[in-house]
Amino acid sequence: MKASNEKIVCPITAKHIKVALVGQPNVGKSMLINSVSNAHLHVGNFSGVTVDKTEVLFDYKDYKFTVVDLPGTYAFTDYTIEERVTHNYLCAEEYDIIINVMDSTNLEKNLQLTSELLTMSKKLVIALNMSDEADKEGIEVNAQYMSELLNIPCVKVSAAAKTGIEELIETVVKKFEGEKQEPKLIFSEAVEEEIENIVSYLQKHNFEAVNSYRNIAINLLKENKKTYEKLHEEPIWTELQPIVIEASKHIELHHNTDDIKEAFAEEYAAFNRGIVAEVVKQTTIKSEAKTLTEKIDALLIHPIFGIPIFLFFMWSLFQLTFTLGNIPMDWIDGFFTWLGTTIAPTISNDDVRSLVVDGIIGGVGAVVLFTPNIIILFIGIALLETTGYMSRVAFLLDGFFHKFGLHGQSFIPLVTGFGCSIPAYMSARILKNDRDRLLTLFIIGFMSCGARLPVYVLFTGAFFAQSMAGNVLFGIYISGAILGLIFAKILKITAFKGVDEPFVMEMPKYRLPTFKLIWHTVLTQTIMYLKKAGTFIAGAAMIIWFLSNYPHNTNLDKIYSAKIEKSVSVKQKALLENQLAEAQLGESYLGRLGKFTQPIVAPLGFDWKMNVALQAGLAAKEVVVSTLGVLYSIGGDVDESSKSLANNIRQNIPFASAVAFIIVIMIYLPCLAATTVFAKEAGSWKYAFYLFVFTSVVAYSLAFIGYRVTLMLM
Amino acid sequence: MKNLLDCDRGEKVKVSKLNAAYDLKQRLISFGIMKDAELEVLAQAPRKKTIEVKVGKMRLALRSEEAAQIEVKKI
Repeated sequence: MKASNEKIVCPITAKHIKVALVGQPNVGKSMLINSVSNAHLHVGNFSGVTVDKTEVLFDYKDYKFTVVDLPGTYAFTDYTIEERVTHNYLCAEEYDIIINVMDSTNLEKNLQLTSELLTMSKKLVIALNMSDEADKEGIEVNAQYMSELLNIPCVKVSAAAKTGIEELIETVVKKFEGEKQEPKLIFSEAVEEEIENIVSYLQKHNFEAVNSYRNIAINLLKENKKTYEKLHEEPIWTELQPIVIEASKHIELHHNTDDIKEAFAEEYAAFNRGIVAEVVKQTTIKSEAKTLTEKIDALLIHPIFGIPIFLFFMWSLFQLTFTLGNIPMDWIDGFFTWLGTTIAPTISNDDVRSLVVDGIIGGVGAVVLFTPNIIILFIGIALLETTGYMSRVAFLLDGFFHKFGLHGQSFIPLVTGFGCSIPAYMSARILKNDRDRLLTLFIIGFMSCGARLPVYVLFTGAFFAQSMAGNVLFGIYISGAILGLIFAKILKITAFKGVDEPFVMEMPKYRLPTFKLIWHTVLTQTIMYLKKAGTFIAGAAMIIWFLSNYPHNTNLDKIYSAKIEKSVSVKQKALLENQLAEAQLGESYLGRLGKFTQPIVAPLGFDWKMNVALQAGLAAKEVVVSTLGVLYSIGGDVDESSKSLANNIRQNIPFASAVAFIIVIMIYLPCLAATTVFAKEAGSWKYAFYLFVFTSVVAYSLAFIGYRVTLMLM
Repeated sequence: MKNLLDCDRGEKVKVSKLNAAYDLKQRLISFGIMKDAELEVLAQAPRKKTIEVKVGKMRLALRSEEAAQIEVKKI
């Protein structure tokens, strides 16, 4: 055994027990983990996927516990990412014991997962959680009897009331120290007969195995891949195979189905019904009066009021995210500016200083800047999820979104996209199905984020009268959203085609979330964001910085500094400095690239300056305005309200080109930070590349059409 | 044959057969919708696009297409 080996290697430290915490969704697993330990958090994640497992470490007596909190799963069907992560972990990773958390108020449903765990031949302890809630509902569970029936220790606990926790840990320790015992899982006579056939065959041939013959037989009948792989190598397989095939046929016939999994599900269900009938007593007869959940649902999923109520909640969350979030954003911005100006004088080398201040501090600052927004949004989403309201939203909106190939729950990431694409990509995690989530991720960019607003304001201000500008701005946003829905449909019937993913979703009971649970979730996610995005984005920001600063032409510096010295007025000085900046940017790799690729964007009516601005905009949309400012030589330090920049743009950019420019801004990649997050959430950089190609092609084609049509109309 | 989508709000039925393809069938089974399971229709979204049913003590939302693949009979 692994643990005892460790003891020999490391005699000073205590024994290590690695626990895998498994349960169906909404059984209070996270809350239990909080109650068990004073949650010394250790955040980890599986590479490549978005679902994170959390590890919690704590000490109990002489034991060091590592509890791995696995994502909630209904069964081992590998349908959602959660199911896959949990299933893979349980089958492939090393751990000592499984704690199966159950909702005492709904044992029959929870036992379905348990019966799958019973065939895994691992040490198992059952935690009957929410025992206080069961008491209130008049449900009496005889844990002692249940332990005997299953031959698995069952412990009543309540994570909320913090009862039974110590007993649970004691039981885990006892089980850990004791021998593995065969769980009692009894099937119908027909199935038992077939199991007996296989077992006696294995006995006859003295087959050597770690697991019990019964366990092997059950797994063979259940078509467990791992068991098949193992036995396939054995010489007895040639004889065993026909027996297994025959047995499967009999079982399928007995259940009147052609699907062995369905047959076993029915077997389990029957077994579970038996267990529940034995150990659960309903003491108070459930009154016919409506439960609280039914009362709330009568309002929240009301056919008429349901959607307006939801829209109101979303609007409030939005207001909070972008008004409340802006307050600490100013502080963070201020802090990084202060940090930059404080550090700058201490570095004598010009290049190093620029790299540290503009590249690293600027880049990391831009990432940290979004943290308040993200925290507020995560709190909101955590509230929506833990209360059980999220499922209702999906229920209400699925009809509309399904028309466009999207999912009811796609709504939340899409709306979030109007604020900032980064939290939008992250909130797409609520979509459990890969294809639904990918499609939503691809569409989020069509919802214009806040950072694109300055560009829109600048251009609408330059080309339209004050009274019209607002309407045009609104039009830009709406047409973006409509385009998004249209492209969702197009992607659905091309790239993501195939059968529609089913929409089968639990509507959990409404629950008041505890502060601790929300805090735990939000903290974990925020740390992940800072860790992941921070490292990626800091690196990327440095690359962009390098491209726009090198090669540095010192000749230009000399020529201009001479001119600047000679100039008398402050205004002239500033003008010359801007001309220098423009010339330097033109000479830089980014500028050269802009000039070099200008022929590509010529059909859209862009000059090299607009091209450079768009390319810089790949880093962040905020950069577009300041780059235009530098390039149209009125100073890099401009914002969208700058009158002179608007004037310059009106004079230098034809209207049709401006239309094409806005279309590109609406559609192409939101920013580097968002793209890195996208790649993380989609699970592969391959998808980021697809997104780049998709958005670029769409942006280019639509901009071309926009340009031509505007030229014709003018 | 009657399917779950045909049922009215408040109707209690028993599953007689799952006509779903493999993936959906497994999904339904993992939620306890299988032969002989008792269901109650709790709510319907506008135009029956999605419906809410009760399986045991669990509430479940189903899209109309999925509901139509569940064959039921009245209790």
